[in-house]
Amino acid sequence: MVITAKIDVKDHDLLDALRGLFKNILAKEDVNAILAPCRLPTKKMVMPTLLTDPVSLNSVDPLSPAFPMNNAKIVSRLTRKPSGGTIAAVMRPCEIRAFVELVKLKQARTDKLIRIGIDCLGAMGNRDYLNWAGENGDGAANTFAAQVLSGKTPDMGSVEPAQACQSCELPVAEGADISIGFFGVDTRQQILVQALTDKGGHLLESLDLSAAEEPASRRKEIERLISERTTFRDNMFAETAGKTDSVEKLSAYLAGCVNCYNCRVACPVCYCRECVFVTDVFDHEPNQYLRWARKKGAVKMPTDTLLYHITRLAHMSTACVGCGQCTNACPNDIAIMPLFRMIAYNTQRAFNYEAGKNPEEMPPLSEFKEDEFAEIVGIHN
Amino acid sequence: MDDNFEPTILAFFCNWCTYTAADLAGTSRLSYPPNIKIIRVMCSGMVDPKYVIKALLEGADGVLVSGCNPGDCHYINGNFKARRRIKLLKEILPSFGFEPERLRLTWIAASDGVLLAETLQELVAQIKTLGPSQARMQLVG
Ligand code: SF4
Ligand code: SF4
Repeated sequence: MVITAKIDVKDHDLLDALRGLFKNILAKEDVNAILAPCRLPTKKMVMPTLLTDPVSLNSVDPLSPAFPMNNAKIVSRLTRKPSGGTIAAVMRPCEIRAFVELVKLKQARTDKLIRIGIDCLGAMGNRDYLNWAGENGDGAANTFAAQVLSGKTPDMGSVEPAQACQSCELPVAEGADISIGFFGVDTRQQILVQALTDKGGHLLESLDLSAAEEPASRRKEIERLISERTTFRDNMFAETAGKTDSVEKLSAYLAGCVNCYNCRVACPVCYCRECVFVTDVFDHEPNQYLRWARKKGAVKMPTDTLLYHITRLAHMSTACVGCGQCTNACPNDIAIMPLFRMIAYNTQRAFNYEAGKNPEEMPPLSEFKEDEFAEIVGIHN
Repeated sequence: MDDNFEPTILAFFCNWCTYTAADLAGTSRLSYPPNIKIIRVMCSGMVDPKYVIKALLEGADGVLVSGCNPGDCHYINGNFKARRRIKLLKEILPSFGFEPERLRLTWIAASDGVLLAETLQELVAQIKTLGPSQARMQLVG
């Protein structure tokens, strides 16, 4: 059952209200640490930080449009074995979805973890964020949040939100224990705090917040966002399909790729501990390259770029949560996310699967049914 | 279309059923086209998607994966796992312009030498009609 409460916002300072809530949570005996995005003292960037000192919570900033990494990987690192304490992790919805995928793969655990999901205001690409963020971090974060929540297009100068965020139709944290709601709420006055699980309910009750009702405007605002994003997404898919629907076009799309594999390092659901592309399998003998070159007249170096991307699609597209960290990580500005999301949309639909949604559902490639897909067997179809 | 087009088709046959059928076809003097390059694997369930992707990117005109009938898999359920992987690839590869007919999955029992020979002949005819694969003509990176 969902329990709904609210916290008050003073002087339009959303950040301050959130920090107050996190202090309240950290003060609970059974919470030993909070993992949250923090503005680092010497830099403008906001990074996931594990906090135990209430004072350090003053640099927590989950509102800035900074998204340098998907923290599902960090939460996996903190939970795959017992850490000796309970951690409350502040997560964006796509971070929670990626985390759910890692739990299914037994690379992360939910006991001793409280997931605090936030309505996602979106983010910019790394480079854009660093250029945009001035020295006044808190002020910029609050202004950005206020603009997004007023329904206006936020004033970011020439910068746009990341494509991943513009095309994200799941901006509300469904798989959280506690969800922090901004959409459709009068955030000049208050923020919604909802418990979605028993664990969340237990914590929420201990926080002594005033009870509240979910405003009717919330569902409506969320629906508006979803429809806007879905339109953006579908246009993005159509455009990407037009740019990649043959090997020739796909080669052109990926022409700048130098096989650095940053995109898979950044991908929260690229789960293999060792990727085959960095093993001996692809560490060919020098004379092998020469043989290939002789056979075909030319061989592009580094080799196997398309093989890498299509193999990665085969491996993880059913788990892709659309977070956009692949695009974010690419040193050559290749739009990997639109390509991966487009294929992921098809592969997930084919198996009637939604990445990160239902923790009970097995990943499609780890199970099978005896009676399925008869239409692909044989040569007469 | 080029009448002289001879497709190259890579065939992954499981050791216990389809490969045995191919053996049987051979000893029974049933001919199958030389376009088929057979790779024996222990189970259709061990055909990694990247083998299929690599073959098509290297210019194979078709890929056939063939294993045991349901219930006959030597490893209990490798053929069902293979079917999921082929389903997955069939969702991915056509987006990049590979016609779905270039990737096939069949289940052919050890005793089905005749069925195997017929299947291979028909497959070659189908791929001849499709024409050469797009990756053949290109410098694929
Ligand atoms: S492929 Fe890209 S968008 Fe999809 S989960 Fe990985 S990093 Fe995120
Ligand atoms: S990060 Fe960019 S350059 Fe590096 S492997 Fe991925 S697509 Fe290629």
